[in-house]
Amino acid sequence: MTQLALVIDLNVCVGCHACVTSCKEWNTSGAAGYLSDDRPYDRDPTGTFFNRVQTFEVGEYPNTQTVHFPKSCLHCEDPPCVPVCPTGASYKRAEDGIVLVDYDKCIGCKYCSWACPYGVRELDAHQRVMKKCTLCVDRIYDRTLPAAERRPACVMACPTNARLFGDIHDPDSEVSAAIRERGGYQLMPEWGTHPANHYLPRRRTELAIRPEELQRADNPLKVDGKLPKPSAKEPSLDDVTSW
Amino acid sequence: MHPAFSVIFLTTLIGAGQGLFLALATVELYGAFDLLPAADGRRFYAAGSAVVLALLALGLVASIFHLGRPERGWRAASRWRTSWLSREIIALPAFMGAVFLYGVVHWFGWQAPGVAVTQTLTLTPSIALAIVGSVLAFTLFVCTGMIYACIKFLQEWASPLTVINYILLGGASGFTLAAAFAAVAEPAQTGFLGAWALILTVLALVFRAASLVRNARLKPKSTLQTAIGVKHPRVVQKAQGFMGGSFNTREFFHGKPRELLRAVKWGFLAAAFAIPLVLLWIGVPRGSAGLLLAAFLVQYAGLLAERWFFFAQANHPQNLYYQAIA
Repeated sequence: MTQLALVIDLNVCVGCHACVTSCKEWNTSGAAGYLSDDRPYDRDPTGTFFNRVQTFEVGEYPNTQTVHFPKSCLHCEDPPCVPVCPTGASYKRAEDGIVLVDYDKCIGCKYCSWACPYGVRELDAHQRVMKKCTLCVDRIYDRTLPAAERRPACVMACPTNARLFGDIHDPDSEVSAAIRERGGYQLMPEWGTHPANHYLPRRRTELAIRPEELQRADNPLKVDGKLPKPSAKEPSLDDVTSW
Repeated sequence: MHPAFSVIFLTTLIGAGQGLFLALATVELYGAFDLLPAADGRRFYAAGSAVVLALLALGLVASIFHLGRPERGWRAASRWRTSWLSREIIALPAFMGAVFLYGVVHWFGWQAPGVAVTQTLTLTPSIALAIVGSVLAFTLFVCTGMIYACIKFLQEWASPLTVINYILLGGASGFTLAAAFAAVAEPAQTGFLGAWALILTVLALVFRAASLVRNARLKPKSTLQTAIGVKHPRVVQKAQGFMGGSFNTREFFHGKPRELLRAVKWGFLAAAFAIPLVLLWIGVPRGSAGLLLAAFLVQYAGLLAERWFFFAQANHPQNLYYQAIA
């Protein structure tokens, strides 16, 4: 079984929104139709996006951390949005685990968006069907693209490499290793949706400096070769001792 | 959640229709056991079925406004194995068909091929249709209720009380309408139907109040901490990722002040339960069609408010992600 997913490293995400704009750019130009934007430069703009970057502040000033948090469809392994769909337009692909919407079958009843606790499905105001992240399904299998570009547009765009893409069921994949070794976690585990997308936590990089490292009394480890030279008159067994 | 008037009208109209049909079927079944005087086929049952059909059809029209692509609505019958919405979309036309046949059978008085069950009881086509229609009415109630009750993270809805309330509120409004209808069409049935309307309204009040108490004590399972996976007592959203609105900021929040919600709550408790109970209490012994019709209209208006509150009160966990614009 394959389960394609994104692993997002919150430790290096700088909140630049490059994944948002490149996602929008790719997916508004595809065969599935545009992602509508209304009044983009006017009062009260609105539009359909697959991906958002949100910003949270953790802690109390002055001890705060700013967490930039990209959020798109998590391609749950047990997606609550799929069984509720009355038409079968919302489905999960058996071959790679991507959760998709068949825009030709969707009746726009919005029930799937009610059934998603993460709020990642958006009804397109003009096509009047539900839209969501496709993991760039029209990119990742496109053999006319160079192999290195068969990745989702957001992953290609990320300047800090905060977005990893791969099969989380393959234990040897980059994403599985990242989840395993860097503490990958899922959002809202309390609902049993088993999101495929994982997040890597923030890690504070701290230098542990002990006082003896700051002030050199002698050279106890004798590592850097800067030893007091024995007097030439003194007897010597080797380079170190001088008696 | 943002209360959509399409769904508010759909659920209240078909609820009253189902309740009215159950009232007709109850009179028919009581009559079959000679517990009630026989009611007139055309004036009571056929005309009553027409009212039921009209309510259901109005509900169906209201539901169309909820869909983005109503022309594809027929597709919605395909996923009945997993989706309560799909089941509802099958149950509603099936129930309408049963009601239509029930009305036709009564209009033409087709009681001929009866099956004798006992010496005194004959299973006529109309009794059979009353039973089938009642089963379908309850099926439809369960489907409608489960659409909401099956979404486990909408904790205000995820309770058996949701289904019970759909049945009792629909039943109460249907029986109140039936009492008003009987006062015009078949005065001999008014007392019986009015008494059931009183009982159902009291029961509905008890269970709706129970759900209000339950929801007031709910503790949300999802928090900002589980939403973004950061374990810290103080997490504040600073930006939701866009300056304008989106589907997520419109669909999942009612956008009204807390005071309005409280006013609507007390308003529906008065209009859907207290005032109709008083009107029924006065109107039933007098057989006053005006008072009973007023009871139904006030109760229906109260149920519109009740349904608005039902949606507005449900707090979707996705709102955790949309708390600050910038």
